[in-house]
Amino acid sequence: MGRLKLVIFSLVGIILLIALALIFQRFGIMSPATFVQNLVNALQWGSFYALIALGYSMVYGVLLLFNFAHGDIFMVGAYIGWGIATGLVALAALGILPLPNWLILVLTILLAMLLTSFVGMLVERVGYRPLRGSLRASAAITGLMIGIILETGNLALLGAQRRNFPTLIERKPIELEKYLPLDVTVTNTKIMIVFLSLLLMLALHQFVRRTKWGMAMRAMAYDFVVVPLMGVPMNTIAALTFGLGSALAAAAGILFGIAYPILEPYMGILIGWKAFVAAILGGRGSILGAALAGFLLGFIEIFVAAIFPSTLRDVIAYSIILLILTFRPHGFFGEPYSAQLRL
Amino acid sequence: MEVRGSIVPPAEATAGNTLLAKVRSQLAQIPLLGWLLGALLATVIEQIAGSSLAEALGLPGIPGLFGLRIMLTKPALIPSAVAYVLLVYALPILVVARLSAPLANRLAKQLLDRFPLWVSLILHLGLLYATLHLWGDISEYRVLILRFIFISVILTLSLNLVNGYMGEFSCSHPGFMALGAYGASVLTVLLFVNDDVFGAPLLPPALGPFLFPLALIAGGLVAAVGALAVAIPSFRTRGDYLAIISLAFMFIVKSVIENLEIVGGPRGFMNQPKWAGLPTVFVWMTICVWVIYNFTRSTIGKAPCAVRDDETAAGAMTINTRRTKMVTFLFGAFWAGVAGGLFAHVMGYINPGTFDLKKLAEVLAMVYLGGLNSVVGSIAGAVGLQVMMEVLRPLELFKWIVIAVLLIVVMIRRPAGLISFTEFNIRDLLQPRQILRSSVQAPGEER
Repeated sequence: MGRLKLVIFSLVGIILLIALALIFQRFGIMSPATFVQNLVNALQWGSFYALIALGYSMVYGVLLLFNFAHGDIFMVGAYIGWGIATGLVALAALGILPLPNWLILVLTILLAMLLTSFVGMLVERVGYRPLRGSLRASAAITGLMIGIILETGNLALLGAQRRNFPTLIERKPIELEKYLPLDVTVTNTKIMIVFLSLLLMLALHQFVRRTKWGMAMRAMAYDFVVVPLMGVPMNTIAALTFGLGSALAAAAGILFGIAYPILEPYMGILIGWKAFVAAILGGRGSILGAALAGFLLGFIEIFVAAIFPSTLRDVIAYSIILLILTFRPHGFFGEPYSAQLRL
Repeated sequence: MEVRGSIVPPAEATAGNTLLAKVRSQLAQIPLLGWLLGALLATVIEQIAGSSLAEALGLPGIPGLFGLRIMLTKPALIPSAVAYVLLVYALPILVVARLSAPLANRLAKQLLDRFPLWVSLILHLGLLYATLHLWGDISEYRVLILRFIFISVILTLSLNLVNGYMGEFSCSHPGFMALGAYGASVLTVLLFVNDDVFGAPLLPPALGPFLFPLALIAGGLVAAVGALAVAIPSFRTRGDYLAIISLAFMFIVKSVIENLEIVGGPRGFMNQPKWAGLPTVFVWMTICVWVIYNFTRSTIGKAPCAVRDDETAAGAMTINTRRTKMVTFLFGAFWAGVAGGLFAHVMGYINPGTFDLKKLAEVLAMVYLGGLNSVVGSIAGAVGLQVMMEVLRPLELFKWIVIAVLLIVVMIRRPAGLISFTEFNIRDLLQPRQILRSSVQAPGEER
C-alpha cells in the first residue's frame, strides 16, 4: 500500500463522512453535533473490533486459518489486565509500591500484553501446530474448543461473579465547545482509548514493515511452502504471529475494561465473532483492511443504534454487511475468489 | 468398516486359544437381529426386576444412564452400579444374543432371501424402537434424553451435508433451526391452540397430531427459504467468506426473532402442544437418516463431493455447480428446520437465546467428532456427544473442559472425525453371520 494511496483513501473517507453528516442534517436525522458525538463513540467501539480483527487477520495471513479462540484470548487478556491492575492498585493503597495511576495503567497494558502473548503461543502450540497441514475445518473446531476451555477454566478459577475493572483514570468530560463550533462532550477515556489503539496499530505496522521478524511474517504470508525452505523458522514465526495477535487482543481487553468496567467470562464470544466478521470484511490477511473494517463495523453498529431502535442493531448492521459482501465477496483488500481455494 | 457385525474372524483367529479371540469368535456369530433381541429382553428384565434389584444393591433408584452418573457423583456406589449394569444389561444381552444366534441367523437369512430388503429393515427398526421405548418407560428423563439425541442426529446429518459433503464451513445452522422451530410453532399454535396472541384455534385440536407432520414440513420449508440467503451468495464465493455470510445470517435471524413481538420477542414463544413424543421423533429421525443416506448415494448427492474437491473440474464434468449448491443448502436447511420444529414441540417453549453461538459450537462439534462425509459418523457423533454431555453433567463446569479436551485430541488424531468418509451398507448390517462364512462371499466383502 503506497503512501499516496493511503492519503487518497483517508481523504475520500473524510469527504464521505462530511457528506454523510450533511445528508443526515438535511433530512433531519441528526444534527452535526450529534453526528460528531456518535462518531467518537463509533471510533471507540470500532477500535476494539479493529484491534481484535488484526489478530485474526495476521494469523490468517501467515497460517491460512482463523484462530477461533481469539475472542476468548481477548477475554483472558482483559482478566489478566484486571488481575495486574487490581494487584498494583492494592499495593499502591497499602503504600508498598506507591505508583501513580498512569504508571499502573502503562504497566498493566505492557505486562498483560506480554502474558497474554504467552497464552496465545500456548494455544498455537497445543491446538494449531499439531493440526498444521490437515483439514482447516478441524483447526476451526480445536479453536472453538480451546475457547470453551478458556471460558470454563476462567469460570472454574474465578467463579461466576462479574469483576469490576479498577478505575485507573478518572472519567472527565472534555467540552469540545471551547475548541470547535460544535456542542459536543467527549470523555477523556474515549480519546485515550482511540489514541492508544491507533498507536498500537501504528506500532504493529512499523513492526511488520521495518523489522526482520516482520519481513519473515510477510514472506510467510506470501508463500508458506517455499519460504520455510529458505531458512525461515516456520514454527517460530507462527508462534510470534499468535503472540502478537494475542497481545493486541489483550490491549483491546484492557481498553474495553476501561470503557465498560465489568468483566465476565463470556464477554469475548460475541465481540470475537463480530471482529471475525470485520477481519473477513477487510479482506483475509490484510492488516490495513482488518483495521479499517473494524472501525467500519463499529461505525455501522453505533449509527444504526443511534438512528433506529437499538434492538434492530444487529438486523440492520449485518444486512449492510451482507450487502457489502454481495458486491465485494472478497472483502475490501482481499484477493478475489478463485476456485482453487481448499477447505 | 467399523461396523461390529461385519468382522468375520479368519480361521486362524478362531483356532487361537487366547480368551479374547474365543470370545470374539463367539460374538462374531451373532447377527444384528440377535443383539436387538438381547437388548429387548434386557429392557424387559429391567422393567420387571429393575427397581427391586436396584434396591437390593443399595442404589437410590434405577440408574438413569447405565449408572454412569451415579459413578461420578457417588464413588462408593460404583460396585453396585457396575453390578447392576452387568446383571441387567450386559449378561442378558450376551446370553440371549448368543443363545438365540442360530435362530436369529436363520431368521435373518430367511427374511433377506424371501422378502425385499425393507421388510427386514422395518423389522429391525421395530425391534430397536421397542427396545428404546421399554428402556425409556422407566423414567421421563430417559425419554427426554432419547428425543434430544434423535433431534441432534437430524441436525448433525443436515449440517454434515453442507460442511462435510459440500465442504463449506456453514455457521448458519442454529438460524435454520430457529426458523424451523418458529415456523412450525406458529402454525401449530395458530391452528390448534387457544393462545392469547393468536386467538382461538382455527381447526379442532383433535386433528392436531395428524396434521403435525405437515406443520413440521412447513417449518422445514421456512428454513429452506431462509437458506436462499446463504445459498445465493455461495455461487460467487466460498470458504471463509461464506462462513461469515452464514454467520451474519445467523445473527440476523436471531435478531429479527427478538424484534418480532408477535412471537414473544426475546421472552420466547410458548404454548406449543407437546406432540413430539418418542415415537414421532424416532420416525422422523428414521426418515431423515433414510432420505439423507439415499441422497448421498444418488447422482445429485455425489455432486456436492465433486464441487468440494474441485469446483472447476466439477463444472467441466457438466455438473451444474449452482444447482448443486442450491439443492444441498436448501436440503440441509430443510432438515435443520424439521429438527427445530421437533425441538420446539418437545420443549413446549422456545426462545431466541437457544439458537446462539453455543448451539453452533455444539452442532459443529457433533459433526466433526463423528466424521465428515458419513451418515453413520454423524449418528455416532450426535449420540456420542449428547450422551457424554448427559453423563458428565455431575462434573458441572468441568464437563465442558473434559468434552473440549476430548474433541481436541480427536481432531489431532483424526482430523476428519472418528468415522469419516466411510459408509455402512444396510444389507451387510442385516446379514446373518454364520451363513456368511460358509456360503459365497457377501456382496460387501469385495470392497
